[in-house]
Amino acid sequence: MTWNPDSDVVEVARGPEPGGLGGAYRVFGETLRGLKTSFMRVVEGTHTVEYPEEKIPVYPRWRGRHKLHKFEDTGLEKCVGCSLCAAACPADCIRVVAAENTPENRVSGGERYAAVYEINMSRCIFCGYCEIACPFDAITMGSDFELADYNRSDLIFTKEMLLAEPMVRTPLRAEGE
Amino acid sequence: MTALLQAPIGTIYYAEPWWAQIIKALIIFGIGFSLVPLTLLYERKLLGRFQGRPGPNRVGIFGSLQPMADIGKLLFKEQFKPRGAIGWLFIAAPLISMVFALATFAVIPFSGRPQDVFGTPIGLYGVDSDIGLLLFFAFSAVGSYGILLGGWASTSKYSFLGAMRAAAQLISYEAAQGLALLGVVMTTGSLSLSEIVDKQGDMGLWFIVPQIVGAFIFFVATLAEINRTPFDLLEADSELVGGFMTEYGGGRFAMYYVAEYVHLVVAGAMFSTLFLGGWNIPFWQGAPGFLDPIVVLLKTVVIVTIIVWIRATLPRLRYDQLMSFGWKILLPLATLNALVTAIVLVAFK
Repeated sequence: MTWNPDSDVVEVARGPEPGGLGGAYRVFGETLRGLKTSFMRVVEGTHTVEYPEEKIPVYPRWRGRHKLHKFEDTGLEKCVGCSLCAAACPADCIRVVAAENTPENRVSGGERYAAVYEINMSRCIFCGYCEIACPFDAITMGSDFELADYNRSDLIFTKEMLLAEPMVRTPLRAEGE
Repeated sequence: MTALLQAPIGTIYYAEPWWAQIIKALIIFGIGFSLVPLTLLYERKLLGRFQGRPGPNRVGIFGSLQPMADIGKLLFKEQFKPRGAIGWLFIAAPLISMVFALATFAVIPFSGRPQDVFGTPIGLYGVDSDIGLLLFFAFSAVGSYGILLGGWASTSKYSFLGAMRAAAQLISYEAAQGLALLGVVMTTGSLSLSEIVDKQGDMGLWFIVPQIVGAFIFFVATLAEINRTPFDLLEADSELVGGFMTEYGGGRFAMYYVAEYVHLVVAGAMFSTLFLGGWNIPFWQGAPGFLDPIVVLLKTVVIVTIIVWIRATLPRLRYDQLMSFGWKILLPLATLNALVTAIVLVAFK
């Protein structure tokens, strides 16, 4: 049995022939239509978010600058210096040096605490693995993303900087917003 | 002196003292230069609105100092000259462009009657010549030599292509532009721009109504003449880098920019003079004299807005489309317009 192409042939609707008076008329009409389109953009107004003055709120899952946490009731640090975050970090930007808690000097809730806790923000890729690796929810990703600085050494965040309540510089989107 | 002030509108005066002529020339250059940043800002703001963004708004209030910042930056840049460039031509070309663009400004009349400036009657125009229209054509034609020479003297392929396009575009449009104005000239019976405006006032009808075809052709040809989109083939950023001004930077680039924006203003003022009745206000014959230049400027702003609107809308034409549009449509249409106007004028007089 031979294949009959007739049923597969589809008529393509063609536009009118270019040129001539009709063509000139259509070109003129299309030009006017284009002018109308661009004029409607003026009527519509601008869509620009003027960034430094106006910020788009970030979502709760946004991975911004890290924060270290303390227990709210006792004021002890949650971090016990286990270095799991440093092990999980693919960019190798976290440095933790642990020390033993003593009865006179009690810093964290566990047996040990982080004597040194540094995050090198110039290397961090904001993957959030540290947050996932932490067994005590001591480190979380915050909402701040304006981290630019003039010096590389200023981008190494120490434990005090990470523990301090950061300046609210970035609006956070409310639930369901 | 009072007799001069009360003389009928349209009388041509040569009674100005020599110092008034010199001061007027300086003022015209001053106004021409100061209109450039204003137009630049106006265009950028408007273009932003057409694209749904606010336009420059960082430098000064509402971005008012943005053109100053741009020009300042350009002036402090190194005056680079490619190796192989023809030295003195390379330097002279942008100067030619700028000076002749500003010179075109001189023929535009801003008021029909002389204004009383500290007791001296002074006409608000640079030169109220009998052949003002021809002067306009002459200046704008010489101005395009700046583009041709600049493109040629750079000894760069892109510049050369831009210059060649400029030459071809010039001959395609100059003819249609001139012929489109024949109807206006025939109806007025004069080449003097202030007489053309007065004629429109006397008729009580602006030339855009009886000469709508001529106005359309003149407008399109002017777009080509001042290298605006959709006819900006000699700059054509996306295909020729920067066209004739590829190799220019710093102050010389700024000169080309000044020329471009002065051309834009002059095109608007020319169109409003020839077709929109110049300083005439509709339905108000006895308007006070000080309103005249304001009215001309307002009409100019309207035309400049339309030109920017077109820039925001239309893409660049292909090169052969531009040529065939000029020769096959605009030129016959302009000829026909002149012919019909002549027949009508003879038949009804």
